[in-house]
Amino acid sequence: MQFSAITKALLIAVPALVLTACGATSDSSEGKSQTTNTEAEQAQTEGLDTQTGVVEVETLEVAKTPEELQQDAFDALRQQQTIYFDYDKSTVDSEFVALLEAHADYLTKNPAAKVMIEGHCDERGTPEYNIALGERRAKAIVQYLQSLGVSAEQMTTVSYGEEKPVDLSRTDAGFSKNRRAVLVY
Amino acid sequence: MNRLGLVFLSVICLVWSKPSLAKLEIVITEGVNTARPIAIVPFKYNGTAKLPFNFSEIVAADLMRSGKFSPIKVEDMPQLPNTDGDVDYSSWVSSGVEAILVGTIEDENLDRFTVKFELIDVLRGQITGGTVQALKNGRLVETKDHIMFERKVIIATSQFRYYGHRISDIVYEQLTGERGAFLTKVAYITIAYDDVYPYKLVVADYDGANEIELVKSPEPLMSPSWSPDGKKLAYVTFENSRSQVYIQDIYTGKRELLTSYDGINGAPKWSPDGKSLALVLSKDGNPELYLLQLSNKRLTRLTNNRAIDTEPSWSPDGQFVIFSSERGGKAQLYSVDLATKRVKRLTFDGDMNLGGSLTPDGKHLVMVNRTRGNYHIAKTELESGNFQVLTKTRLDESPSIAPNGSMIIYSTMHGSGQVLALVSIDGRFKARLPASKGQVKSPAWSPFLN
Repeated sequence: MQFSAITKALLIAVPALVLTACGATSDSSEGKSQTTNTEAEQAQTEGLDTQTGVVEVETLEVAKTPEELQQDAFDALRQQQTIYFDYDKSTVDSEFVALLEAHADYLTKNPAAKVMIEGHCDERGTPEYNIALGERRAKAIVQYLQSLGVSAEQMTTVSYGEEKPVDLSRTDAGFSKNRRAVLVY
Repeated sequence: MNRLGLVFLSVICLVWSKPSLAKLEIVITEGVNTARPIAIVPFKYNGTAKLPFNFSEIVAADLMRSGKFSPIKVEDMPQLPNTDGDVDYSSWVSSGVEAILVGTIEDENLDRFTVKFELIDVLRGQITGGTVQALKNGRLVETKDHIMFERKVIIATSQFRYYGHRISDIVYEQLTGERGAFLTKVAYITIAYDDVYPYKLVVADYDGANEIELVKSPEPLMSPSWSPDGKKLAYVTFENSRSQVYIQDIYTGKRELLTSYDGINGAPKWSPDGKSLALVLSKDGNPELYLLQLSNKRLTRLTNNRAIDTEPSWSPDGQFVIFSSERGGKAQLYSVDLATKRVKRLTFDGDMNLGGSLTPDGKHLVMVNRTRGNYHIAKTELESGNFQVLTKTRLDESPSIAPNGSMIIYSTMHGSGQVLALVSIDGRFKARLPASKGQVKSPAWSPFLN
């Protein structure tokens, strides 16, 4: 199945994050490096002071199911809304597959949700040709999301061509940031 | 409610006829040495009312900008004559000028000025000494055939700039045999990302004077195209998170929504007869060319191809539409015969050709050529197939040809900003029009306005 690769990655990555978090908590409870603590940790420490100070209470993380872990991963990935394209190309690069799967997951589970997909280009070529190229990029995303089960009714497209660059440097690095599709909810 | 909100938004984001202080200056980058020397002598003023400026400044600037003439400095003139009778021909020989424009301005009454001017052929004047006898109706009479043109008019203060360009038109046509394009305007888009309304549709005289912001919008504005009578502009907006084609009367500000289909509504181009627009819609799946009849809003589809078809422009006779298409792989220019719908490929040079348009005589195809990754303005002579790259600036796009076919205005990069630039149709004269603020792009040269 298409999700299996990410699921596997998450089964490793998420518990690792939980472990690091636990490590931080135990550091602060021992009173080390108080000045570098985060605000959340400070709040926790103050909470302890108002108590008798004799007993410390720790909790265990409830182990998440693979489904929950995947959902967490999707939620995180869905914060990313930009897909970049190669020069003069409108094909979806494999590195954005997971990102699009996360958006597809949300859209299929929330059929009332709507998304607008903006197509953008770099500043090379004429403005009018870039409008056509930007639309082709937006449509490539629509087709990809449709193949993942998203209804066509949930998606609209708009091509801004080269009119809304995010990087104005006109360097190769700038151009590659401007060749993009953006999912806007 | 939502729709009402959108309508309201589109109303508040439009501000008409607000003059701006910005002005397009000119920096000539190539071609001064090929221009013909000419003397525009300051007109002599007899009067007390304050003159807005002397015509000679406007005329000299116009002729210099045409790329064909190099007006000599006032301090290099051997004398400052005001009429043909004042001219000492022998003193002008060494100056190398071929013609002298002389004139006078007289203060009449209440904002009325009498303007007299003469355009004098220096070489002819030198040969004849200012007068020559010729047979007319069987009698020998004195003629002044070295005076190429003379005129006397009465104008108001408000007409000075207009009349200055009018004199330039006359001088240019007398000396080149080609109509002058000094009484024209240019529409363009300016972008200042920090502004509340970053995108502006601006119209100015061809020399950058009288700049007026016609539309201001928080969202992109694109592709201005002039009606053939010079009174309206068609353009593309994104103010409602979608592309829409509007036409707007530049004098009344009246705005009409033409198309708002799903997908692309873009690249409008007014037909030479003013009755229809060619434009691009992707409502049927991918970008295709359509004709929109303005009287009844009827659409006729012109192309039908799975590849991108865009950037229509009209042949001067209105029988063909030139366009860019990826039907052969990379984008190239094609034409479609409106009567037969037959499509013909026009360009074969370089990796890619875009944004094609024909010169007013129909003989040259001007385009944006991409060769080895560089975008430049180029032209092909249709009959011979001779191909010539005209510019060497960076990221050149949006060429628009002056109505007399002498010059192309286009957008290009200078430093880190987008500016407008000029190149003569033969590629010899090149100039830049530095922007005072922000980016300037998508220039569209108006038709003749006189």
